[in-house]
Amino acid sequence: MELFNFSKKESRLYMSFMYVTFVSLLVGGLMGLLQTLVRSGKYTLPFNIDYYTILTTHGVVLGLVLTTFFIIGFQFSLMGKTVGISDKQIMWGWVSFWVMLVGTVLAAWMILTGEASVLYTFYTPLRAHPIFYIGLALVIIGSWIAAIVNFRQLYVWKKAHKGEKSPLLAFMVTINMVMWVVASLGVAYSVVVLILPWSLGYVATVNVLLTRTLFWYFGHPLVYFWLLPAYMAWYAIIPKIIGGKLFSDSLARLSFILLLMFSIPVGFHHQLTEPGIDPTWKFIQVVLTFMVVIPTLMTAFSIFATFETTGRNKGYKSLFGWFRHLPWKDVRFLAPFIGMVAFIPGGAGGIINASHQVNALVHNTIWVTGHFHLTIATTVILTYFGIAYWLIPHLTGRRLTPKLNKLGIIQTIIWTVGMTIMSTSMHIQGLLGGPRRSNFSEYAGGDQVATWISYQISQAVGGTILFVGIVLMVYIFIQLAFFAPRGYEEYPVAEEDMDAEKTPKILENWYLWIGITIALILFAYTIPMIDIIKHSPPGSIPFDWPIGRS
Amino acid sequence: MHLHKYEKVWLVFGLGSLALFLIIIGFAAFWKGTHPQSHIETIDPQNVEANEAFQPENLGLTEVAEGKYVVNMVASAFNYDFGKEEDGSATKTIRVPKGSTVLFQITSKDVVHGFQVAGTNVNMMVEPGHISRFEAVMKNNGEFTVVCNEYCGIGHHLMFGTVEVY
Repeated sequence: MELFNFSKKESRLYMSFMYVTFVSLLVGGLMGLLQTLVRSGKYTLPFNIDYYTILTTHGVVLGLVLTTFFIIGFQFSLMGKTVGISDKQIMWGWVSFWVMLVGTVLAAWMILTGEASVLYTFYTPLRAHPIFYIGLALVIIGSWIAAIVNFRQLYVWKKAHKGEKSPLLAFMVTINMVMWVVASLGVAYSVVVLILPWSLGYVATVNVLLTRTLFWYFGHPLVYFWLLPAYMAWYAIIPKIIGGKLFSDSLARLSFILLLMFSIPVGFHHQLTEPGIDPTWKFIQVVLTFMVVIPTLMTAFSIFATFETTGRNKGYKSLFGWFRHLPWKDVRFLAPFIGMVAFIPGGAGGIINASHQVNALVHNTIWVTGHFHLTIATTVILTYFGIAYWLIPHLTGRRLTPKLNKLGIIQTIIWTVGMTIMSTSMHIQGLLGGPRRSNFSEYAGGDQVATWISYQISQAVGGTILFVGIVLMVYIFIQLAFFAPRGYEEYPVAEEDMDAEKTPKILENWYLWIGITIALILFAYTIPMIDIIKHSPPGSIPFDWPIGRS
Repeated sequence: MHLHKYEKVWLVFGLGSLALFLIIIGFAAFWKGTHPQSHIETIDPQNVEANEAFQPENLGLTEVAEGKYVVNMVASAFNYDFGKEEDGSATKTIRVPKGSTVLFQITSKDVVHGFQVAGTNVNMMVEPGHISRFEAVMKNNGEFTVVCNEYCGIGHHLMFGTVEVY
């Protein structure tokens, strides 16, 4: 397998995405800390800052900015490593970076001045300042430019390597970007065609249910867009770190194809308690949602099979010897491993959330917040950290020293402890009916509310521990970017076994897989969308005052 | 494509449980009729009074038959309108006897809201232009907090009420 060395120019491009990632981590993390403190009831924000400004910042900066910048930067590096990048492609990479950054700055400016306290879901008919929507649209457009560059990179490589299968990681990046483009078309249409003209006053009313449906058409693949880069690391990078080989190239590709197909026609499971949508179509999308169980089980099997095979090849014969001898003291392994473990309760919670009926018990309660702090904020983010420990020094020509490795292990433990406390208490409070997305409130008082508040205090404890973890992670990042000793840090990419089975050609038939994906989307959405549009109520005029705009 | 024997076992077991799981929720949905709130009925959000249920005098609790109640409500930022008490003050608490069947009907005059009777299965999105409707049997005694659980603006956390089952 051929791996390309990064030029200085290339490394600079990939690093620029990482700077934004870690600045976002610090800013968004601080907001998270403040939220948990406010919700404990023992602290009020200074300078008349509104809770929902902080909440919007937290969601947008961590959910949209940190993730998108990290993913696109990491994926560019994967493409550069496995299929190479031309000077022209680097130039377009910079264009995507700047378009996304300008969009981010515009949106952030509006949020921080209180003109866009609409949370990261920006549900109409709450109206933010038009510049907020323009900023969001630019972030999406920038990400599309990155996607086109990635597609072009693979295409150029394929032309030069006729008849060869594409490198696994390049294939995975392409899947993720295809999913992203198909999904974000929905939200882009909603923002640019429906919301922006309405926010500018050119159109009087907006169809609320339609914008929500388009948002969730995008909103679920969005979470897979976060997850797939973590899967890339689990399938194709962790095996190298633990000294093993790829488990199965075909299995990895098949599981990514299934994730592509079943990522989009599923948005209704976020809208289960919503009026105006036929419950039969909700049920159909619930069934499609659960198809994700298949690639998930394949992934779990493949990861543990890699662990065991690697251990056995190293000579650990006893029943669990292979497990005990995994490189626990290597943070490049430990952080993603804890991420994998968190995905077990995280996934189980997801099954509950997407269940047709049980959803009503947890919908919009803080249980949901607890759920995605296990999945995105533990599984995904610890894997991203696990990647950063080698990616940053590889890009800056430095080394992950034993001391920094140790700090990383401490960081991972702090994160695990903090998140266990915070997420568990969120889950319990949610089961008791405590709502999400809410400032501290004693409501009408009584036992129920008193119990909620007691869990909010433990969330503040967990949140404080997590913030310590964030500061430590940012410190490690600064060290790896500017101060660690110069040297060479490996970019780990797992290889196939010499005698591995040939990967079937059909797995690279893009027309087929994208065709099925689109067919599934049309099946799941056409009729309910026609219903929503045909039976739409009088539209909604914009509302500014509820979010404090005059 | 070759699959390891253990992997086949693992996938067959996993897919089998998945199928069973989906059959159970499908059975509950289509044979037992347990669907999530999905009422389909539109309304003009700027003129909710055009619908009889949401005229001011019809808001709040009404007993429609022995042990059967309807509660009509209008949500707006940042308040639930449960109608008025006899003395003219706004109703804040809905009181129903234990074991009664209650149909909750709600719509929004402005933005998207939530309506959850915390501690029960009553949990619905409330959207302008649509009527949300959910029937529940109140099986347990107690005071249940009604919360708006979808962000509706800077006073979102001040939007609440109480359902008392006696």
